[in-house]
Amino acid sequence: MKLKLHIWRQSAPDVRGGFETIAADNVSAHMSFLEMLDVVNEGLIAEGKEPVAFDHDCREGICGTCGMMINGNPHGPWEGTSACQLHMRAFQDGDEIWIEPWRARAFPVLKDLVVDRSAFDRIIQAGGYVSIRTGSAPDANAVPIGKEWADEAFDAAACIGCGACVAACPNASAMLFTAAKVTQLARLPQGQPERYERVLSMVDTHDSEGFGNCTNHGACQNACPKGISVDYIAQLNRDLFKATLMDRPDEAAV
Amino acid sequence: MELNANIPEGPIQDKWDNHLFSMKLVNPANKRKYSVIVVGTGLAGAAAAATMGELGYRVQVFTYHDSPRRAHSIAAQGGINASKNYQSDGDSDFRLFYDTVKGGDFRSREANVYRLAQLSGNIIDQAVAQGVPFAREYGGLLANRSFGGAQVSRTFYARGQTGQQLLLGAYQALERQVHAGTCVMHTEQEMMDVVLVDGVARGIITRNIRTGKLERHVADAVVLATGGYSNVFFLSTNAKKCNVTATWRAHRKGAGFANPCFTQIHPTCIPPSGEYQSKLTLMSESLRNDGRIWVPREAGDEREPQRIPEEERDYYLERFYPSFGNLAPRDISSRRAKEMVDGGHGVGELKNGVYLDFKDAIERLGERVISERYGNLFAMYEKITGENPYKTPMRIYPAPHYTMGGLWVDYNLQTTVEGLFAIGEANFSDHGANRLGASALMQGLADGYFIIPMTIGNFLAGRSGGSGDTAHPAFAEAEDGVRERIGNLMGVGGSRSVDSFAIQLGRIMWNECGMERTADGLKDAVRRIGELREAFWADVRVPGKADDLNQELEKAGRTADFLEFAEVMCYDALARDESCGAHYRPEHVTEEGEAKRDDENFAHVAVWEFTGVGREPKLHKEPLAFEYVKLSQRSYK
Ligand SMILES: Cc1cc2nc3c(=O)[nH]c(=O)nc-3n(C[C@H](O)[C@H](O)[C@H](O)COP(=O)(O)OP(=O)(O)OC[C@H]3O[C@@H](n4cnc5c(N)ncnc54)[C@H](O)[C@@H]3O)c2cc1C
Ligand code: SF4
Ligand code: FES
Repeated sequence: MKLKLHIWRQSAPDVRGGFETIAADNVSAHMSFLEMLDVVNEGLIAEGKEPVAFDHDCREGICGTCGMMINGNPHGPWEGTSACQLHMRAFQDGDEIWIEPWRARAFPVLKDLVVDRSAFDRIIQAGGYVSIRTGSAPDANAVPIGKEWADEAFDAAACIGCGACVAACPNASAMLFTAAKVTQLARLPQGQPERYERVLSMVDTHDSEGFGNCTNHGACQNACPKGISVDYIAQLNRDLFKATLMDRPDEAAV
Repeated sequence: MELNANIPEGPIQDKWDNHLFSMKLVNPANKRKYSVIVVGTGLAGAAAAATMGELGYRVQVFTYHDSPRRAHSIAAQGGINASKNYQSDGDSDFRLFYDTVKGGDFRSREANVYRLAQLSGNIIDQAVAQGVPFAREYGGLLANRSFGGAQVSRTFYARGQTGQQLLLGAYQALERQVHAGTCVMHTEQEMMDVVLVDGVARGIITRNIRTGKLERHVADAVVLATGGYSNVFFLSTNAKKCNVTATWRAHRKGAGFANPCFTQIHPTCIPPSGEYQSKLTLMSESLRNDGRIWVPREAGDEREPQRIPEEERDYYLERFYPSFGNLAPRDISSRRAKEMVDGGHGVGELKNGVYLDFKDAIERLGERVISERYGNLFAMYEKITGENPYKTPMRIYPAPHYTMGGLWVDYNLQTTVEGLFAIGEANFSDHGANRLGASALMQGLADGYFIIPMTIGNFLAGRSGGSGDTAHPAFAEAEDGVRERIGNLMGVGGSRSVDSFAIQLGRIMWNECGMERTADGLKDAVRRIGELREAFWADVRVPGKADDLNQELEKAGRTADFLEFAEVMCYDALARDESCGAHYRPEHVTEEGEAKRDDENFAHVAVWEFTGVGREPKLHKEPLAFEYVKLSQRSYK
């Protein structure tokens, strides 16, 4: 099939960008979306032009590196699918496709479709872990965990840190990302000692990194390739509320 | 090049404990005087950095990714082994050790493998304490499954995302240390070279991927946790950025490269769909528990699978291996699939696959049971191929997956360069000539959490910490070398894209140094690789600028290193004139048509020393002794 692509080109963070229209004439329905871009790039290189910069790695929907707005949808039209798993079967001959980077204050564009998502790491640094010393853990079966709780912790832990939720949100909030980690650890006995301190600290960092507030839009959940539920944001808010009422979150949680 | 494995004294069960006791310790108050560079944040690197930071060392951590959480480890699916014996089915450290040595076809070092088995249980404890959500039973205890033909259920898993969950655990432990200030994280920094001062590794040169700026970093020791090199085949199940640069650059500086030809081919991947194919996707091996593998009996049969009657199908694995059938080991299943496709029995539009058919299983168990077991995998398969595996058989074909070879290390995980350590898939590891399923995650984490943090102390103790200086001429020299090379890459100004060369190299390697290697093919490959390398340096086109985010330049550097490295792989395959594990030389087969080892001449680790680009490297041997596991021939009839 033949497609007309409008791709965001921006040579550097502080330079104005704009759409460039590129014809993709030799697209097979079996290609993945990123393979289609590979072929476009090979064409640009052959013409002596600079290829489109886009980030990716695993191409299996698990590393969270890829991500772009495709016709206004984060990761494109397929539900629960990252851009690398999207295949060209989703499009038809003659389609026009608009391809843009994530847009959010906390995710500055670096080049073309590549953005800086390091703010996510800083949210995790603020408390997205259990403080356990290597080698001092008790036997893994010492604390049984009900299957339902373990499964729910897993559902929350499935987040790949891609940033689609932020790109989808009208406020550019990263609450879905933050809530997923908060909920995973709140569901497990191992996460209890630091539970309330964690939520305070992670939300603080979320706000100071320039992500917006959550106003319960729900666009994040629809965009998420891993089906992370907005229910976790409610869970985060409950924990946050409790945490702010506590003087000494550490002791109260024991 | 001296190869002293430094294996501690004593019975195998006591070696690690004896060693822990006899190693020198760094006094807690002094640890902060020492700095360590860790390159790579996969399971091995993240675990090592977090633990060393926690112990009090000053750790500098590097990755070319935009976040440590993106490392290729994230993609591991099936699970992680540990000899916990939670299922009370007779597992033990010794059994895991025994299975691993035997599975590796007797080409690994017993002492290291035993230690791995001993530490395996601690990994599970550690991960659970971090909040890794492993699968559980209704009673709340951890669930296990049997994996890759093991006779006990010792595999722990987190749905099909075990690597992701383990890596996030290690990543979070690392971020905790970043927060505490003991680890400094350098993302988007690609290591371009290692710096030796008076023969000791003292630092690295990195390129800032965003800006192209070259940087010097100094430390008291350097740890490489940079993963495997399956992408030398271009098409593999590895993430696109995986490459050999870090270990190859270390090799050029004197680190011996061990068993480079030991590469594992995974039997169940989705075959390529066209010339544009950029990578291959693994379909979990568990599918072989219920799927039946077949091809049309008649070569060139064009009919739809449903129209091929039962008696015209060849269930070849069941035919060759009546007792193991579709569960025959990875290497054997892979080779047989190749044989079928090469013989014209391939299926699909490009005739490049074999069928994995669930029809019988669906008839027997119902679609619901099959969907409960494999629903996610079936959905992923359909996303990629557009075909519904409930209705039409899957198409699968083997693909490069894991590299057992890597930098040679001693018992302390130190390479032949003093002060340079290698952990995880980057070292030549404990898997011998063939890795068993669910044991790479185990090895990476054992290396990272439990081994290197101890052995590095022994190395550092007695040295004066923090004495290095990036102003030393060795840093300037290394940096100049990197700059010159980048200049050369940008300067060729040829006509062909980087990928066109990487694809061509991949084809040579896949055909001549893949599932089957012949002496003639390998010799020819060495010649063709040399020619291709020359063509690359004469005609590659790298657009853009060097001092900018330039993904083509990144690929160019990696491909240039693969073009040098590929040769040593072929030399190694040629020199190993036997078949063993995944290394299959058709000149050496048993009467049953399987790999035939030659223990008399090849029970050794082949360690290669760099002698110059395009020159035959020098071979050294570490002899392997088997005191605890009796040498025997595998048989799966
Ligand atoms: C699809 C798939 C499924 C798998 N499933 C399983 C499984 O079920 N069980 C199992 O045990 N094993 C499995 N494996 C194997 C296992 O995942 C890997 O062997 C293991 O994760 C490797 O970990 P690592 O830490 O050594 O390296 P990696 O995770 O590959 O990490 C390498 C790190 O080094 C960095 N790096 C590399 N070079 C440089 C450089 N020059 N400069 C800076 N940084 C650099 C990278 O950025 C990355 O952070 C699977 C592998 C694949 C491909
Ligand atoms: S919550 Fe979903 S959309 Fe947001 S980062 Fe995680 S996986 Fe991506
Ligand atoms: S490239 Fe890894 S999730 Fe898309």
